[in-house]
Amino acid sequence: MTSVPVDEPTATSAPNLQSTLPTPPSPRLARLRERAAEVLPDIVLPAITFLIVLLVWHVIANHVATGFPGIGETWARGVELLSNPFYSNGPNDMGLFWQVLYSLGRVTAGFVLAAIVGVPVGFLMGSSAVFRRGWAPLIQILRPVSPLAWLPIGLLLFRAVDPSAIFVIFITSIWPMILNTASGVEAIPKDYRNVAAVLRLNRIEMVRHILLPATLPYVLTGMRLSLGIAWMVIVAAEMLTGGIGIGFFVWDEWNNLNVPSIIVAIVVIGVVGILLDTGMNLIQRRFDYTHR
Amino acid sequence: MGAYLSIEGVGITFNPRKSPTPALVGVDLKIQKGEFVSIIGHSGCGKSTLLNIVAGLLKPTLGGVFLESKLVDAPGPDRAVVFQNHSLLPWLTVYQNVRLAVDKVFGKTRTDTERDEWTLHNLNLVGMSHAIAKHPSEISGGMKQRVGIARALAMEPKVLLMDEPFGALDALNRARLQDALMQIQNTLHNTVIMITHDVDEAVLLSDRIVMMTNGPAATIGEILDIPLERPRKRLDLADDATYAHCRGEVLRFLYARHRPADADAA
Repeated sequence: MTSVPVDEPTATSAPNLQSTLPTPPSPRLARLRERAAEVLPDIVLPAITFLIVLLVWHVIANHVATGFPGIGETWARGVELLSNPFYSNGPNDMGLFWQVLYSLGRVTAGFVLAAIVGVPVGFLMGSSAVFRRGWAPLIQILRPVSPLAWLPIGLLLFRAVDPSAIFVIFITSIWPMILNTASGVEAIPKDYRNVAAVLRLNRIEMVRHILLPATLPYVLTGMRLSLGIAWMVIVAAEMLTGGIGIGFFVWDEWNNLNVPSIIVAIVVIGVVGILLDTGMNLIQRRFDYTHR
Repeated sequence: MGAYLSIEGVGITFNPRKSPTPALVGVDLKIQKGEFVSIIGHSGCGKSTLLNIVAGLLKPTLGGVFLESKLVDAPGPDRAVVFQNHSLLPWLTVYQNVRLAVDKVFGKTRTDTERDEWTLHNLNLVGMSHAIAKHPSEISGGMKQRVGIARALAMEPKVLLMDEPFGALDALNRARLQDALMQIQNTLHNTVIMITHDVDEAVLLSDRIVMMTNGPAATIGEILDIPLERPRKRLDLADDATYAHCRGEVLRFLYARHRPADADAA
């Protein structure tokens, strides 16, 4: 066949071809079927996993560790807790919503404080070799320490549990923020600095047009990591500090030997963690030029 | 004197204290206003280093560069650079990339409307008017390089410095951009220094070709005048005797007299 220009309809050959071929299914239906084939494994495969977990749980609760709460019992407790999350009978008896909200409040406070301190320190470390050499060893020593080890220090400094928990989250969040911001500044391609030099950008313009936008993706990655760890740490911190919060809720229910509540709380903590990560992911997509 | 741009006795030595490696030695070159000069040589001959010295991004150990009799000692928009890998800021749109340069250079002398028009004018010059709202990641490599050229042209540089501007492009795109550049040169008559390793590109675009010896301690080996009439047409030149002669001269210099050091090994 001779080559046919793309724009011109192939009127001469098309009808002949079509009469010999079976009528194709409507394109809309085909597309729908294609889409279903794509999405179905995403639903079916996890469903199988959950079924296996439930089966194992059932076997364990009935035959291995009979003290373990059954699925039905836990489900009933879950419905009970989640159908009325907003109740409040004084500070010692509040609904799950409030427990999660108080925990999120502490995480937010510690996280924001860490960002206020950590991001500028990261910028300093990334742009000044002197600062980096001076501070890197200290950060290397402190970074692997479990943030919970700082709780007594917090209690000593603040003589109150809430600021201490926030302090622990602050310590948790600050290392990833410092290190990611610093590596972001260091990773700015030489080309961008050359462009800035040719344009004779002054210090403020350099920060505004090159440094901040180039580093933003790294800063956001640091924040996303921080938030994920902070949400894990707050549960443990609250177990120690008490008060209102999902962590202490878990500990309190353990003291009441109310294990179904703990299982419900674990699922809630997981879901909130996913929501936090999804939120940070959306923010990253919005501001990160590399995701465009 | 009298030269528009004068490179005088320029030499540069890297690592002067620990292990001194002289990269360039005794480079002398005078360029007239409106002249298009290519610098060609094998990899590692210090041609990019020389361009960076003229740009002010590197300081020579010896000698100096004078533009209109004034010593070049820092980078500046009067010596705008088109970088090899376009170096557009990825968080800015095509328009914003050029506008940033326009604002910086003409912020005090032109009104907002004038700067907007000037930005659009230069994007139009390189044929990128259709994509001003796109981000660099959304356009092809050739288009990015066009925007890079528009950004440099928009600074109204006294000398336009191009560091292997088309090196990263495929042959067809390269030819298209060379033609676009020639067309722009026909009206603007900029003074240009272009680094290249493409012999045809050098002959097609240049008034003079500066051929560099191999490094270390590279210097100018030979300078070839290209006595071809302008405007030049790629197809007409294909069978032109002068073109073939010039091309042959450069090839002989590069591959007969100054073979790359590792040519036999490779």
